[in-house]
Amino acid sequence: MYEKDGEKYFIVDSHMHYWNAAPDNWVPGAEQYAKGWIECFHAYQSLGPKETHWPIEKFQKYSEDDLMKDVFEDGHVDVAIFQPTYLKEWYKEGFNTTERNALMGEKHPGKFIYNTRWDPRDGDEGLGHLRKNVERFGSKGVKVYTAEWNAGSRGWKLTDPAAYRYLEACQELGIKNIHAHKGPTIWPLDKDGFDVMDVDRAASDFPDLNFIVEHVGLPRIEEFCFMATQEPNVYAGLSVVIGALMHARPRFFAKVMGELLFWVGEDKMTFGSDYGIWEPKWQVEGFVDWEMPDAEEFSDYPRLGTAGKRKILGLNAAKLYDIQVPAEFRVPAQAGTPAAREDAQLVDDKSQPVTGA
Amino acid sequence: MSQGSPGGSSPRAILRALETVRDPELDKPITSLGFVASCTVSADGDARVRLRLPTYFCAPNFAFLMVADTYEAVAGTPGVRSAAVVLEDHFASDSINAGVAARAGFVASFDGEAAAELDELRAQFLRKAVMAGTDQVCRPLLASGITPERLRELTLADVPPSRELDRLRQRRAELGVPAGDDALLLIDPETGAGVTADAVPLHLRRARVTQVGIEANTSMCAGMLAHRYPAANGGLREVRDPGGPEV
Repeated sequence: MYEKDGEKYFIVDSHMHYWNAAPDNWVPGAEQYAKGWIECFHAYQSLGPKETHWPIEKFQKYSEDDLMKDVFEDGHVDVAIFQPTYLKEWYKEGFNTTERNALMGEKHPGKFIYNTRWDPRDGDEGLGHLRKNVERFGSKGVKVYTAEWNAGSRGWKLTDPAAYRYLEACQELGIKNIHAHKGPTIWPLDKDGFDVMDVDRAASDFPDLNFIVEHVGLPRIEEFCFMATQEPNVYAGLSVVIGALMHARPRFFAKVMGELLFWVGEDKMTFGSDYGIWEPKWQVEGFVDWEMPDAEEFSDYPRLGTAGKRKILGLNAAKLYDIQVPAEFRVPAQAGTPAAREDAQLVDDKSQPVTGA
Repeated sequence: MSQGSPGGSSPRAILRALETVRDPELDKPITSLGFVASCTVSADGDARVRLRLPTYFCAPNFAFLMVADTYEAVAGTPGVRSAAVVLEDHFASDSINAGVAARAGFVASFDGEAAAELDELRAQFLRKAVMAGTDQVCRPLLASGITPERLRELTLADVPPSRELDRLRQRRAELGVPAGDDALLLIDPETGAGVTADAVPLHLRRARVTQVGIEANTSMCAGMLAHRYPAANGGLREVRDPGGPEV
């Protein structure tokens, strides 16, 4: 819970991690990838305020106490959603598995939601694991990382027939939320790995599932925006947007927020700290204080008020995950500003995407 | 600074050539992005260029394009006898460096992992560059009071000269869509055709979000590069003339 100027905010951190990327967990022969991955994450942390930077040793493997303090005690978070990332080709026990998250979370009842994951290339065996994880951890959501390496393959798409089997299984098992994260590699390598158009098709074909595109499809913000406008079940996961831009590049942050508010709207944007990349405290406090600048270049972007900030910081994710929110934090049903519907209609009517992605 | 030995070349000449090499995604020269780590040339004209990127996992297809384009630019610089280009600290450095040195193409460099060369990928990002450039050219016009309806009728010759306009024309020519004086300012970069009146507002909005995306990505890449190479400050680590001073 965060309170500022008499306004109370219920905070759901919908995208955070508890990883072990220390050398003791590196797969022999793949050390360079394990090291490269965590160093890349660490570089992202450098885009947050200086006083929140960690030395690489702590960043590789932070403790349970660090997490509880940073996220709940100092970070204002009420409920945190673990998003696992396995990367077992590089990390012996996985980078950040459902089991590791749950083992920690079980000691703190009511604080965490355990999402699980799947990889369509794992076939029947993977489907079995998914089923077990849902039974064991009560998962209502999954994180899928399309650029993960797996037995010689460098990635996959949500439209692969094998992925559709898993999406069908999600529907059967009661999983509602698919958090999709795009990355640089995919088969074949000559295609753009970051392309989000497979999410578009999957979202149309599975209207009962919600697709939360993490990092708003970065670096393909424009493709994501065109797509999210057309699909009622596509959401913008703000992890990285706030963490990487709000402090380091406030002008670009305002522009990206303006575009998201215009195309996607405040009802379909969710806060995620991406902890341990960034601590939630400065992100929550800074976001509550943030206002669209007055300069001409921002003049035709929608404004974000208190109701919209409440939705983005917690209420939207609470709705996706059936989290009970006390009445004092809620907003009236019609409060705030949805995305411009007439423009959404224009996109619907246009059959050919301009950028041809 | 000296111009190198007679018959040879100079790092400065090579750097000038490298200004034509762009990150296809960010649409900016690798020289201004700080991706050129070092550039040296021997008295005999043997040129060595080292490139670096913001992360170990930057997309391998874009990395390949930049290394290959760098090789072409260096090899084409007058006075260069041999060119060697090396990408440092990248997960696919070995495949890319060997493939570019052998002039093997992308498919051969990533045996079994790629289905086609990168021409379509390049065109895809040129279309984005054209959309983003359209925003850069149109926003000042709109701010000066020109209506969206009027923008639709303007040809490239009607637009006051600017660096942004030059760049837009250059990208359009590269993409193979109309770029001459009589070409319309607003076109669909897929087809080169004009934009219908009712599609103009959306076209401009799309142009704008494309430009915002490129700006945001560029700013993040710059931040990551500065963290990865703290001494870089966006500049060169080392530029050497044969026997000359570093610049």
